[in-house]
Amino acid sequence: MQYIPNILFLILLAAGIGYFTMNIRKVIRNIKLGTDFDASDRKGERWGNVVRIAMGQSKMVKRPISGLLHIIVYVGFIIINIEVLEIIIDGILGTHRIFAPLGAMYDVLIATFEILAFLVLVGVIVFWTRRNIQKIKRFWNPEMKGWPKNDANYILYFEMVLMVLFLTMNGADLQLQNLGSAHYTKAGMFPISGLLAPIFENFSEATLIFIERTAWWLHIIGILIFLNYLYFSKHLHIMLAFPNVYFGRVEPKGKFKNNEAVTNEVKLMMDPSADPYAAPAEGAEAPAKFGASDVMDLNQIQLLNAYTCTECGRCTSECPANITGKKLSPRKIMMDTRDRLEEVGKNIDTNGEFKPDGKQLLDDYITREELWACTSCNACVEACPVSIDPLSIIMEMRQYLVMEQSAAPNELNVTMTNIENNGAPWPFNQMDRLNWKNEV
Amino acid sequence: MSETIKVPTMAEYMAEGKQPEVLFWVGCAGSFDDRAKKITKAFVKLLNNAKVDFAVLGTEESCTGDPAKRAGNEFLFQMQAMGNIEVMNAYEVKKIVTACPHCFNTIKNEYPELGGNYEVMHHTQFLKSLLSEGRLKVEGGKFKGKRITFHDPCYLGRANGEYEAPRELLQKLEVELVEMKRCKTRGLCCGAGGAQMFKEPEPGNKDINIERTEEALETKPEIIAAGCPFCNTMLTDGVKGKDKEADVTVMDIAEMIANASDL
Ligand code: SF4
Ligand code: SF4
Repeated sequence: MQYIPNILFLILLAAGIGYFTMNIRKVIRNIKLGTDFDASDRKGERWGNVVRIAMGQSKMVKRPISGLLHIIVYVGFIIINIEVLEIIIDGILGTHRIFAPLGAMYDVLIATFEILAFLVLVGVIVFWTRRNIQKIKRFWNPEMKGWPKNDANYILYFEMVLMVLFLTMNGADLQLQNLGSAHYTKAGMFPISGLLAPIFENFSEATLIFIERTAWWLHIIGILIFLNYLYFSKHLHIMLAFPNVYFGRVEPKGKFKNNEAVTNEVKLMMDPSADPYAAPAEGAEAPAKFGASDVMDLNQIQLLNAYTCTECGRCTSECPANITGKKLSPRKIMMDTRDRLEEVGKNIDTNGEFKPDGKQLLDDYITREELWACTSCNACVEACPVSIDPLSIIMEMRQYLVMEQSAAPNELNVTMTNIENNGAPWPFNQMDRLNWKNEV
Repeated sequence: MSETIKVPTMAEYMAEGKQPEVLFWVGCAGSFDDRAKKITKAFVKLLNNAKVDFAVLGTEESCTGDPAKRAGNEFLFQMQAMGNIEVMNAYEVKKIVTACPHCFNTIKNEYPELGGNYEVMHHTQFLKSLLSEGRLKVEGGKFKGKRITFHDPCYLGRANGEYEAPRELLQKLEVELVEMKRCKTRGLCCGAGGAQMFKEPEPGNKDINIERTEEALETKPEIIAAGCPFCNTMLTDGVKGKDKEADVTVMDIAEMIANASDL
């Protein structure tokens, strides 16, 4: 009978990690629905970006207040995980504070965890205030209605509860240590939960043990639930931000990809000796379509981008189109891409393979009006703290509209006809191109 | 200002069996737009003044394809690109300078994969190098002490990471440079990029150029300095829209330098 808690713990742990793994495999499967990409170049620079942008949060601190708070929560989160390691070992072995023999080192560790837990708690409360009381504009754009808004708050509640449980557990533990309770070896330093002593002073040993155990169990169960919550949430970025930054663009931002399929066709058209009826050269096969109208047409990095988006809205708040009241919001482009990708994923879960559902990313999620409002200014790409590129999706969807559907706005059709006929976007004759030289 | 300018073409150079030091890519705006033509001429004066051995393609130049590509017409873009590359490769062009950040970006970044490999410079970068080589002299002159703000073109700044060359030139003019709230990496677009120049904006509550002009006007400048013919048009329209054209002018940095030394 004495092993029941250990067994229970193991079952919980296995279930928590198992379900999480299953969902992560779905994420990977969905990302692989995208087209291949090549990111084998410039490895040094890519790792440098991971260190600076992902680990060092260099883009986050461009906005100093939220940047600093985010660093506290992020560092706190990572370091407090060492404590979770102890909790897991204790849970499996039925021990209590197995790292206690570290002595002075253990004191320092626990004290650090406590201070960080307190700072995280403060940080998270400020975050909540910024979202809900101060109502910072970027958290209140139309695409943030409903689930995205709740999601953001749930994450904050989760973190608040976890930190409170952690400190409560320690506070009760300290009191038990002082009482000389059997199982509770004297270990650790408790600068924050020690302050809770007046609350626990008059509790009996049994009550204290009950509080300590309850907080301990709820804390670890909470962590496992939170882990599994990630998959459904924008909080997935805490894992995906790292690979995403690695795969983020290293070329100058102005360099847009040249569509290779088009290159082959254009070369064929421009080569007077080419035989239009010849079999296409190997690898030169025309693609099913030009540009993107659904998530499967995007590449795997773009799909990884969608899962990584933190919905922070830094992109949207810098977007000239959005600032001036247009429908376009680069954050929404990423959220729509993820939503559609999830929908396609569920379709595959039910049918074994993707069964056309009469929907696509274009029109059903992202409207043409949004796509045509973009100035390709790269402000969104520059602003994104996790190296997401909403602009590339916009451009590929425009390609689909123009090359597959001839559905450009009329003025642009005129512009393009001019370029084709006169070599300039305006109706001037190419032969007049040097006339300025003689004009006064 | 009546002094004639020398604008040789690549064909003329070729006929003499010579190669110029640099090809000046004029661009569509620089060739046809009335406002931008003034920038072109100012820049040519500077080139003449610094005795730069340059040539233009003249009637052999065609749109780089930037607006087509950004409008989604990759076919048209690549047709344009390959046509231009064919011409430039035939002339064995090595180095290009242009006063248009869009042409600059496209030729520099998107032409290499299509077979066009050149050293490409924006005119502010080129002028900076002329300055440091001592071939061009820039003095404060008229602009000394004037309050001036600089609008970063997206395709020079964010797209290619060049924020300093235009500012260094302004420094040389001894102006009082006042930055807008959103500048450099956070500079706000003028509203022309991505082929927006050629269409009406989507419905919203303001035009982008007005938003940007208002921000520029907040710095109380005498001149808004630009480095792109399209930004120039957008901001000029914005200043007109705000009824400020009597107090504030929009000028390209090349025009300012040419003007400062009364070329
Ligand atoms: S590139 Fe397009 S979507 Fe991104 S900020 Fe600029 S206008 Fe907005
Ligand atoms: S794309 Fe980047 S900047 Fe925009 S909301 Fe997502 S994480 Fe934030």
